[in-house]
Amino acid sequence: MSVAYLRRAMAEPEPPPVASHGVWARTRERLFSGPFNIALTVVSAIVIAAVAIPLLRFLVIDAVWDGASRVDCLTETVGRPVGACWPFIGAKFTQLVYGFYPWGQHWRVDLTFVLGAVLLVPLLIPRVPWKLANAILFFGVYPIVAFYLLVGGRFGLDHVETRSWGGLLVTLVVAGTGIVVSLPLGILLALGRRSQMPIVHSLSVVFIEFWRGVPLITILFFSSYMLPLFLPGTWTLDALLRVLIGTALFASAYMAEVVRAGLQAIPRGQIEAGQAIGLGYWRIMGLIVMPQALRLVIPGIVNTFIGLFKDTTLVLIVAIFDFLGQMRAAFADPNWATPNTLFTGFAFAGIVYFLFCFGMSRYSLFVERWLKRGR
Amino acid sequence: MQPASIQRPISAPRASLMRDPRLRGLFYQVVLLAIVVGVGVEFALNAKANLEAQRIATGFGFLDNTAGFGVNQALIPYQESDSYGRVFLVGLLNTLLVAVLGIVFATVLGFAVGIARLSSNWLLAKLAGAYVEVIRNQPLLFQILFWYLAVLGAMPPPRQSVGIGLQPILLWLADGAGALRYLGLPNTIGDGLRFAADWIGPPMIYLNNRGMVLPEPALHAGASVVGIALIAAIVATIALRIWARRRQTATGRPFPMLAVGIALIVGLPMLAAFVAGSPFAFERPVLRGFNFSSGIRLIPELVALLIALSTYTAAFIAEIVRAGIEAVAKGQTEAAQALGLSRAQALRFVVIPQAMRVIIPPLTSQYLNLTKNSSLAVGIGYPDLFAVFAGTTLNQTGQAIEILGITMAVYLVLSLATSAAMNAYNARIALKER
Repeated sequence: MSVAYLRRAMAEPEPPPVASHGVWARTRERLFSGPFNIALTVVSAIVIAAVAIPLLRFLVIDAVWDGASRVDCLTETVGRPVGACWPFIGAKFTQLVYGFYPWGQHWRVDLTFVLGAVLLVPLLIPRVPWKLANAILFFGVYPIVAFYLLVGGRFGLDHVETRSWGGLLVTLVVAGTGIVVSLPLGILLALGRRSQMPIVHSLSVVFIEFWRGVPLITILFFSSYMLPLFLPGTWTLDALLRVLIGTALFASAYMAEVVRAGLQAIPRGQIEAGQAIGLGYWRIMGLIVMPQALRLVIPGIVNTFIGLFKDTTLVLIVAIFDFLGQMRAAFADPNWATPNTLFTGFAFAGIVYFLFCFGMSRYSLFVERWLKRGR
Repeated sequence: MQPASIQRPISAPRASLMRDPRLRGLFYQVVLLAIVVGVGVEFALNAKANLEAQRIATGFGFLDNTAGFGVNQALIPYQESDSYGRVFLVGLLNTLLVAVLGIVFATVLGFAVGIARLSSNWLLAKLAGAYVEVIRNQPLLFQILFWYLAVLGAMPPPRQSVGIGLQPILLWLADGAGALRYLGLPNTIGDGLRFAADWIGPPMIYLNNRGMVLPEPALHAGASVVGIALIAAIVATIALRIWARRRQTATGRPFPMLAVGIALIVGLPMLAAFVAGSPFAFERPVLRGFNFSSGIRLIPELVALLIALSTYTAAFIAEIVRAGIEAVAKGQTEAAQALGLSRAQALRFVVIPQAMRVIIPPLTSQYLNLTKNSSLAVGIGYPDLFAVFAGTTLNQTGQAIEILGITMAVYLVLSLATSAAMNAYNARIALKER
């Protein structure tokens, strides 16, 4: 029987292998192994040159490093093509970090940042012990301390209106609140979604799907314009607090889905084993399921935080001046109006956001690898 | 003889009713429901009182009122005397326009970058990786503002419009190649590039501080012939495909369906256009006076939003595509090679179908994210649903509850419809197991 798709003649023998070791062989293999590969290399090199050379010239080579006003950043004054106008950032730096937080009180903001870092760093390093105490300090005690430090009005500290907050401070407060609230609330919602109780289950599903289904900006509008209508007329909610409520609930819904993925990965036998030794629901969840589930989804949790951090920029649309909002306000200063002011500002803001987000994503990769190694 | 205690029927130990899991569950649920309903009623009563105190109208009657503001881009006829209902429609269409175009661009770019990241070419893979990391780690609103304020804001006025196309790139490369003369080399490459640029002619797309100008498609007499040819080609391709399938199942001989199909669908209309004397053409935008007199003009807000949304989403799609292709076990490719399939065949029949199964669900959620993210248009004043309805209309009427309710409902319906469609598709392509 003749089969149409069978080969009848022997295939040509493969050519002998070319050298596959050494720097040259590897470079050839990676970049110049054939005409198509060479074309790709040339095109990539041109693209890299087209992006990197102007970028380097703008940020470093042609940049102006000192100056007191826009005049120092103009081509006519400097006498050569100018790039980034870094004195602009220098002049606006306090505004970008603290907003209009009163002069002389900046140490309170600094102290809050430092305390946060001191508590957060050991929490992030897997090898450091006392994780539970550390977590309680960071998620439970720190927010209260930070609140009194920043708002004041007690313990001999002057009261500072949130209206005068701004810049990186607001960005970190919004992101930090989102992180601190969304994790416990997200865990509760995830448990609710997996609950056997029909009302708890359906309320959780509706909550999660609703917040996940609408854009964050509608939620910010909701909390800014609609929430005050729903509260008794005598209550006044601080503008920043409204935004915090919106972002925290939004982040919780996303966190719930991440945690749920972790819960689903824990085999039923773990719960049954807990029941067999006579533990109740909360003990099974708290002592057996959650520690395993949360470890599994640390990368997902960090990714949610990255998303939250990036989403904090949206508060500028409801007239809260976060880092990006302050930058935008700084653009309007006629004292620094040069052709390159916008690009300088965006370059700086881009670098700051990149450092935060890239740092978090590298951490998430590190944890992923660390978790794999543990198995 | 057995101990008496065992023969005695065991009665349930007396315990508090709260020890009964069913009763306890019911109790918790009733309490939770009572709290939710209580808060809801409290909210409703407060809202009623507040609205009365602030003299804000309620109900959806405002939709028929005159809007009285202009919108700088409307896909349907719109003027200031139209109603808020019309404004809603204009905004919705603008949102859908950005979403659809953004999805198309993001998919093309995302797949290209994702595949480039897996390229065996080291430089290209690193370049694609750098693109993904840089774009993904910066906020979208930042990028929208960057494109709108910094890039498009720095564009020259229409008279000095920047052309986008092959010709400017070739001229730019020719300038770059001019640097070779410092090495004492003849500038043959530069001359060649300049010659090619002249041959291609000026570009069709222009960018200036008033937005983007695209060539306008123009129909002349005989255009219907091309349309008929296109339909005929599609019908022929479908018929041919059915025949090719049958032949392959019967005899095992494959038919180069992809090549023939493309040749038919592209070639036949082109042939028809040639015979009919090119009735279908793109007209190059013409600069007359201070602005372009012809061509399709896009407002800068749309251009900035589209660039930002598609490049941002493309970075995420690239990661999804890469993960999807990497999820196909290497053994699958090796098995395909062992069967004698060519690289292209292995990709088409073995790798891509399996990769798509992993790619499709997160891809749809990226599409959904893009649609939701298009609401950031309000940051630069592109008149999408959110900006004109939840922005301007809300400001004018003050009816926050109705307007935000409608806006949220639109996004919610889009989300739920997309996820329902995704689930259906997922069920269809999921592995059929016993």
